[in-house]
Amino acid sequence: MSMFQYDFMIRALIGALVIGLSAPALGIYLVQRRMSLIGDGIGHVALTGVGVGLLLDRSPVLTAVIVAIIGAVAIELLRERGRTSGDQALALLFYGGIAGGVMLVGLSSNRSNANLMAYLFGSLTTTSRDDLIVIVVLGAAVLAAMLLLRPALFAICHDEEYARVSGLPVRTLNVLIAVTAAVTVTIAMRTVGLLLVSALMVVPVAAAQQVTRGFRGTMTLAMAIGVLSAGTGVWLAGEANTAAGATIVVLAIGGFVAIAIGAATWRLLRRRVQAFPQTADVEPPDVVLER
Amino acid sequence: MTLSNVVDVTHGVVAYGDRPVLRDVSLCVAAGEVVAILGANGSGKSTLIRAILGLIPLRSGEISLFGTPQRRFRQWHRIGYVPQRVGAGSGVPATVREVVASGRLARRGVLRLPGAADRAAVSAALDAVGLADRANDPVSTLSGGQQQRTLIARALAGGPELLVLDEPTAGVDAASQEAFAEALRGFVAAGGTALLVAHELGPLQPLVGRAVVVHDGQIAHDGACPPPAGHHALPGHDHVHPHEHPAPHGVFQS
Repeated sequence: MSMFQYDFMIRALIGALVIGLSAPALGIYLVQRRMSLIGDGIGHVALTGVGVGLLLDRSPVLTAVIVAIIGAVAIELLRERGRTSGDQALALLFYGGIAGGVMLVGLSSNRSNANLMAYLFGSLTTTSRDDLIVIVVLGAAVLAAMLLLRPALFAICHDEEYARVSGLPVRTLNVLIAVTAAVTVTIAMRTVGLLLVSALMVVPVAAAQQVTRGFRGTMTLAMAIGVLSAGTGVWLAGEANTAAGATIVVLAIGGFVAIAIGAATWRLLRRRVQAFPQTADVEPPDVVLER
Repeated sequence: MTLSNVVDVTHGVVAYGDRPVLRDVSLCVAAGEVVAILGANGSGKSTLIRAILGLIPLRSGEISLFGTPQRRFRQWHRIGYVPQRVGAGSGVPATVREVVASGRLARRGVLRLPGAADRAAVSAALDAVGLADRANDPVSTLSGGQQQRTLIARALAGGPELLVLDEPTAGVDAASQEAFAEALRGFVAAGGTALLVAHELGPLQPLVGRAVVVHDGQIAHDGACPPPAGHHALPGHDHVHPHEHPAPHGVFQS
């Protein structure tokens, strides 16, 4: 564990743990709505925000948060109206966001491929002390909102019409989910990178729901998987000198596969255990054929 | 407070684009009534209840709920809505109890955490529809009829005064239809009002006091609508109806 003697490694680890915990807590609502890819769309839009920040010589994190929130709320309003096909709206957003970002980063004086790569795929060494404070504060806010409002957010994502008839502030809560998604994407961009952040929202949830029965159980297990892969991922990335974001995501997907295999094996074993006594004890039934 | 009907629709018009779905519909439901809205597919019967619930805007006309114009109506906990089927957004597993617990939100509000009263109401609602033993099972493992009963329990958990049900018996097995009729009987015996859209009434027949037939966006038949000042609307009126089964304890009191 000697690499954690470096401050930047400690910072990267704390940042990753916060994101590992809060990204699945938010992502479960996106998955429940079958909008798993929306985080990716917001990530693409946030790149434009990074470009704006570099161009104006302001903090890219700040501009990315603002642009990502605008993008996320726009997506939500489009979805609510149901006018634009969600599929095409996403395509416009993905490519518009990434093209705008790459152009703006190119125009800035600060241009370099390394810089762009750090935002797209994350980098361990880029988390500054100020960044870490922003990550911890915003991450805690996301986590608190997602946990405290769980009954209402669950109701809205499960059955939006019913929630509306219950008198819940449906639009406000939907915008809250959109804004939180944008915030999560932006705080995760330093560690995991804009192109991979969505994986941390979705993969732990997908892994957990293979073995869980309820929503709360899925949320708890997904957060555990998120934190575990984030922590292990940073350590492994430091040891093997790989990109932290990619390592974290590969570990989470590894968790998904391990749980899938484990669950399938468990089901197979249980079926066999149940099947054996039955086949052994079965007696031919008394059949009386009426004539 | 003036005496009023639970639901009052006057000259309601609903259109999708240029296509009128409801033309000049008037309907009132008094407290304690059980009204069935009947009609063929596409007649506009579901549109009517969705307009009453505020899910579809009126092109013209007025709707009031419990004497308040729908635009200003905020006491949604007085209404329990039972949609046709479990919502489409169910990518993540949810237990029966978790779904039924959503029914408490209208009463509790968004910001308060569930307390002992909420848990008790959820358990009582599960008992009322006969799903107490499936409370911790994922909704997706239930049969269609059991899923329907889950939605009825969700509506009952909030302790509503009016139940609005969209085709509660469509494609539901006989056992679930019976359990549902039983739950509705208890609800009505305790003074509840019910408005239901149905294709066929089945075991609900004896419960329904009035039938409204919607045809081609208009009301083709309606039993007599009692005046708002009828004995059901009197504040001190004790709803005692000659039903054989008493309400299960604790569910239907609002």
